[in-house]
Amino acid sequence: MAIAGEVLRRNFPENVEVFDDSPSGSLELHVLAVDDSVVDRMVIERLLKISSCKVTTVESGTRALQYLGLDGEKGPVGFDGLKVNLIMTDYSMPGMTGYELLKKIKGSSVLREIPVVIMSSENVLARIDRCLEEGAEEFLLKPVKLSDVRRLKDFITRGEGKDGGETRDHKRKREDDYTSSSSPSPSPPSSSSLISSSSSSTASSASSSARLSKRAKLRKKD
Amino acid sequence: MDGVAQLQKQLVDFTDSLFQEGFLDEQFNQLQQLQDESNPDFVVEVVSLFFEDSERLLNELAKALEQKTIDFRKVDAHVHQFKGSSSSIGAQRVQKVCIAFRNYCEEQNIEGVKPWHRCLKCLQQVKLEYSLVKNKLETLFKIEKQLIAAGGSIPT
Repeated sequence: MAIAGEVLRRNFPENVEVFDDSPSGSLELHVLAVDDSVVDRMVIERLLKISSCKVTTVESGTRALQYLGLDGEKGPVGFDGLKVNLIMTDYSMPGMTGYELLKKIKGSSVLREIPVVIMSSENVLARIDRCLEEGAEEFLLKPVKLSDVRRLKDFITRGEGKDGGETRDHKRKREDDYTSSSSPSPSPPSSSSLISSSSSSTASSASSSARLSKRAKLRKKD
Repeated sequence: MDGVAQLQKQLVDFTDSLFQEGFLDEQFNQLQQLQDESNPDFVVEVVSLFFEDSERLLNELAKALEQKTIDFRKVDAHVHQFKGSSSSIGAQRVQKVCIAFRNYCEEQNIEGVKPWHRCLKCLQQVKLEYSLVKNKLETLFKIEKQLIAAGGSIPT
């Protein structure tokens, strides 16, 4: 699977601005968040804004496609003129699921280079695999944390830096991160929130090691 | 100053008890991290939205279980939503009874207890836990308000 940073570099010539410059001159990611839960939309919006991202939230896959102009010829420019740099979508939604939305985006020549992240409250391996195979960059377990968003943002924006050719491993600076193989594609994106215990009362280091051993088991299975 | 210190202690102790008794979990802390000077009421706002959404879901659930022919997939969808939103604000006990609700309703082999009856019992549990956490959170916000009115600030 292509690393998002490389994809961004490959598909956008140097003189094309991928990120919107805010007046202060800093580059800001514009994220489109898709979730049918009104509570989750509020939380994800806040998570993204506090991480200095521009956010647009929509309640369904259908609305997301409308916003992205998939029905027309606009491409990744939303109706308000802002390019979308990342799509975060819930998996279980009535009507079009996040997986179906992912397929539509990756099936579109205009939109397929936009990284898509799936969020789900359910830790179902078959589901995770299916999404990653279809081209999702990451699969995040809900509830999404600030650290997830920060890591995601770093990962997406690094593609635009001078040293945009680095491997994914460099983004992981937290002490509870595990060292996985540094090989790029086709290994799936390594997210420590990819697999986590559903118990929310464990200390973060304890649940991180639970994640690590579960992830190792997942790899052995493959 | 003494009043402020007292209120601060009251707030800290009460909050601690909510975590200890499992009403709230780590996700609630996450929400508090999202609150700052630019968004000083974020937690109250998102929790209020959760209350509104929960009332809606509880109504939908009650209606769904009153039908002559119960659509269990619909019931499950509502419970799934409730599970999700309670998880998003850290309402751990509500989330747990939602999980139990879905498991219990799916059980095919409980003799003598009809599915809809089981679901009604589960709904009662969910309603109970929801009203408990609602009361707790409203009390929490009240103490915070008193603290701020007395000139104090919420300890982070």
